[in-house]
Amino acid sequence: MSVGRLVVVGASLTGLRAVEAARRAGYDGELVLVGDEVHAPYDRPPLSKAFLDPDGERGAGEVTQFRTEEVLRDELRVDLRLGVRATGLDTAAGELVLGDERLAYDALVVATGSVPRWLPGTDPAGPDGPLAGVTQLRTLEDARTVRAALEAGARTVVVGAGFIGSEVASAARKRGLPVTIVEALDLPLTRSIGPEIGAACADLHRAAGTDLRLGVGVAGLEEDVVDGRRRVRAVRLTDGTTLPADLVVLGIGVRPATAWLEGSGVALHEGDRGVLVDATMATNVPGVYAAGDVAHVANPLFDGEQHRLEHWTNAADHGAAAARHALDPAAAAPVVTVPYFWSDWYGHRLQFVGTPRAEEVRVVVDELAAGGGFVALYRRADRVVGAFTVDRPRDIMKLRRRVLDRGTWDEAVAYAAGTATVAT
Amino acid sequence: MRIVADLATCEGLGMCEAMAPDFFEVDDDGVVAVLDPAPGEEHRADLLAAVDACPVLALALEG
Repeated sequence: MSVGRLVVVGASLTGLRAVEAARRAGYDGELVLVGDEVHAPYDRPPLSKAFLDPDGERGAGEVTQFRTEEVLRDELRVDLRLGVRATGLDTAAGELVLGDERLAYDALVVATGSVPRWLPGTDPAGPDGPLAGVTQLRTLEDARTVRAALEAGARTVVVGAGFIGSEVASAARKRGLPVTIVEALDLPLTRSIGPEIGAACADLHRAAGTDLRLGVGVAGLEEDVVDGRRRVRAVRLTDGTTLPADLVVLGIGVRPATAWLEGSGVALHEGDRGVLVDATMATNVPGVYAAGDVAHVANPLFDGEQHRLEHWTNAADHGAAAARHALDPAAAAPVVTVPYFWSDWYGHRLQFVGTPRAEEVRVVVDELAAGGGFVALYRRADRVVGAFTVDRPRDIMKLRRRVLDRGTWDEAVAYAAGTATVAT
Repeated sequence: MRIVADLATCEGLGMCEAMAPDFFEVDDDGVVAVLDPAPGEEHRADLLAAVDACPVLALALEG
């Protein structure tokens, strides 16, 4: 291997798996991990789940760190640069720009992830400064803010009916607190699992006592000024309703964190500016790879379609592959993975494998009303390309295997139907 | 070689089953069942992949 210094930009799961994979592959050169947060890599999925639970429950308020700073520095011999933000990339010179500093690289892995969007007037970096009581949920600090508000008995409004917002609603209801979800579309989760299944998910919210408002937007936020500090008081909706709120959690989507790559020559997606990579995680610039939330990856399993996924497993798998390929491009092979994510709502386990971009979505088992599970399948031509389940942990990986093996639609439907508790 | 699964930590997310379905299966209760706790050495690569893939670090290989 000719690489003398591998630089990984982004110190969350993708970046962590990249540096681990580099050492596991026998790479003995310099290994730099740059992250804009001050923390060593920590696990984000629990932040909207167990972390928010009341004191004393398993995982409540706890942070999972896969490796300590000491292990990263001493065992994996990582030059760890925490609290440092990448501000530019000079691909001609082969240098990463970190403010005033320039760091030369032989190979680079972009793993800067994504940044949640703010509503107008709520960005703490904006002209009016922070608006207390309004937060996103991506970082440890965000999670502490949400948890403290729930501990104090907040009336919560969640903006956007996505997975993280839905998990926050679940945490609020677990404490018996009132929570409203406001979603501009007529059904939740249209992009991630398709409209056909959104209706079933809406029922889960309603059954748990969450006030779900669909097809309505946020017109504005009302605020108080206390001791010179702005604090949210209520959320005004486009239908004229005003919802009093102590805590407003924004789950209105993310944008890939690539402002630092603009003008670098690394090809970005014309819509959301994510990094375009092929099935080996290579960008258009030799030596520069990308993985995780930031990357649009071509997946050979789905006709080479590009998907930008914000999934834990995607970050882990692709982060490792990007590092291996950056170190040894000649040995790079397309990565074939079945996308997978999970979410926990009101004691239910939701799981999805594959792609929601399908010609048909069929609900094969729907026993939720009777306290049972739910299975839906996604079809392209005569193939099964995806599956969504609720409370079917035994079946989801068997369905994943069928997606990976390009299994037939008819066989998958027969398998799923056979899992019904009551014949339908 | 022995597979050790911490069932108190396991959340039944199933990545181990995805990586090595002959050795792991998530059951109806949402917890992993180890199908063969003492597998042969020839399976080490698959089993390591399964251990690494666990999102909650509930798996280990001993020996």
